[in-house]
Amino acid sequence: MSGQTVTLLEVDDLRVTFPTRTGLVEAVRGVSFSLGRERLGIVGESGSGKSQTGRAIMGLTPPQARISANKLIFDGIDLLGVSPRQRRALRGNRIAMILQDPKYSLDPVMSIGRQIVETLRTHEKVGKAEARDRALAMLEAVQIRDPKRVFDLHPHEVSGGMGQRAMIAMMLIAGPEMMIADEPTSALDVTVQLDVLGILDRLVSERGMGLIFISHDLRLVSSFCDRVIVMYAGKVVEQLKASELSQAQHPYTRGLLNCMPKIGADRHPLPVLDRKPEWAA
Amino acid sequence: MTSAIAVDRLEVIFDRFRALKGVSLDVQPGESFGLVGESGSGKSTLLRAIAGLAPVASGNITVNGKTLGARRDKAFYREVQMVFQDPYGSLHPRQTVDRLLQEPLAIHGFADGEKRIERALDEVGLGNGFRFRYAHQLSGGQRQRVAIARALILEPSILLLDEPTSALDASVQAEVLNLLEEIRRRRKLTFLMVSHDLAIITHMCERLMVMQGGEAVENLIANDLVERRVTKDYTRNLLRASEGFVRTAPEQISR
Repeated sequence: MSGQTVTLLEVDDLRVTFPTRTGLVEAVRGVSFSLGRERLGIVGESGSGKSQTGRAIMGLTPPQARISANKLIFDGIDLLGVSPRQRRALRGNRIAMILQDPKYSLDPVMSIGRQIVETLRTHEKVGKAEARDRALAMLEAVQIRDPKRVFDLHPHEVSGGMGQRAMIAMMLIAGPEMMIADEPTSALDVTVQLDVLGILDRLVSERGMGLIFISHDLRLVSSFCDRVIVMYAGKVVEQLKASELSQAQHPYTRGLLNCMPKIGADRHPLPVLDRKPEWAA
Repeated sequence: MTSAIAVDRLEVIFDRFRALKGVSLDVQPGESFGLVGESGSGKSTLLRAIAGLAPVASGNITVNGKTLGARRDKAFYREVQMVFQDPYGSLHPRQTVDRLLQEPLAIHGFADGEKRIERALDEVGLGNGFRFRYAHQLSGGQRQRVAIARALILEPSILLLDEPTSALDASVQAEVLNLLEEIRRRRKLTFLMVSHDLAIITHMCERLMVMQGGEAVENLIANDLVERRVTKDYTRNLLRASEGFVRTAPEQISR
């Protein structure tokens, strides 16, 4: 793919620090990577800073935290230098984000259709009727069988998988160039997971979007993404092509791969991670 | 030999919703049995019905040869204990670990509480240093270990495990699964374990039942899954899902 050479996002030495009662806690400690029109996975355990990395790019870091970076550039725009107003205009329009659980990320008192229309009309000047048509088309694009019915439903009336599809529809309606998906399938059933991933995959490749896929599931990420970044204690410990995951060098990556139970591999007890202090250094 | 757990045509009805539609099950003593299915398949309801936490409409549950009535007595809970999915929700936030572990001992009138608490904490690999901490001072894996210690402290013969590791990181999951296996071997426990993850169930259990929509789809032994000897499409779907994402050609995806 020729699109891979275009750099959408450049991150250099990103740091996110939270003030706490016991002093400063660095959640992200000098993360650097670049993203083209590709699928990039960020993998790590809870507390590894993977979600905070995604949130910092999106501009959703809590106000008390401090962000610093040598570079945080999206398509030529310095994300840390622009005004909050410009940042808002980017968010949801050119950069979109899908969160883990549609139960919490959708507005519970607004119908799904209205939420999608709202996103669209925030970023584009379109009439009501056209907005509705485009929302319906988008719901269809995420393989919701009866878009007209789902349009008028409220989030509590749909299943988790359906809610996550609606979320994806809402995020894609403004035609973003980059999407950050933070554990988009962890709250879903295994069978539904693959459907949602399939939809995401198709839309990303059709539209040539850049995707950052944040997950704790190394196996899932490696089967879905082109490239994988492995994070531990706020740092990137390894960057590699998903196809070369089996040749991972870092003991943490290897440990993560190894400790999952596998069908057909009879290992009792399962190998566990032997954490070394120097990994976090 | 009497079964550890025998469930016969069990029906559970919430208001008008039939959560379980006549499910039967038989678990031998010392066996580890798995229940797999998606959310809403009734796997957790079956577990909760055995523990006395779901409204049974009809059918029989027998534990160690004794048929259970509508109410569970104290002797039942000395034999059967449960570990829940979410260690963040299942431990009292304002009680220390020590207080949490005292509770079952006080209810059942054990005198040697001190010794038992020390032993239980030791057994789950936490040690005495954790005894006077609160749940919020522990990590997810440590909390689940406390929950397991609480279940073990009465020395039950049967453990009901409701997705014991799905709230944990992969690396911590491996530790907890290893711990459960070791305890089962040492104490010769019977496990009835629920999970949506086929890989975990094949790793932990000798036999399993696949459930969907409140009904049993298929009964299998773990080896059937390894060798892909499954007959139902639903099980096949689950199996495929457990192998991760496979990129299909565009025309195959649109259904």
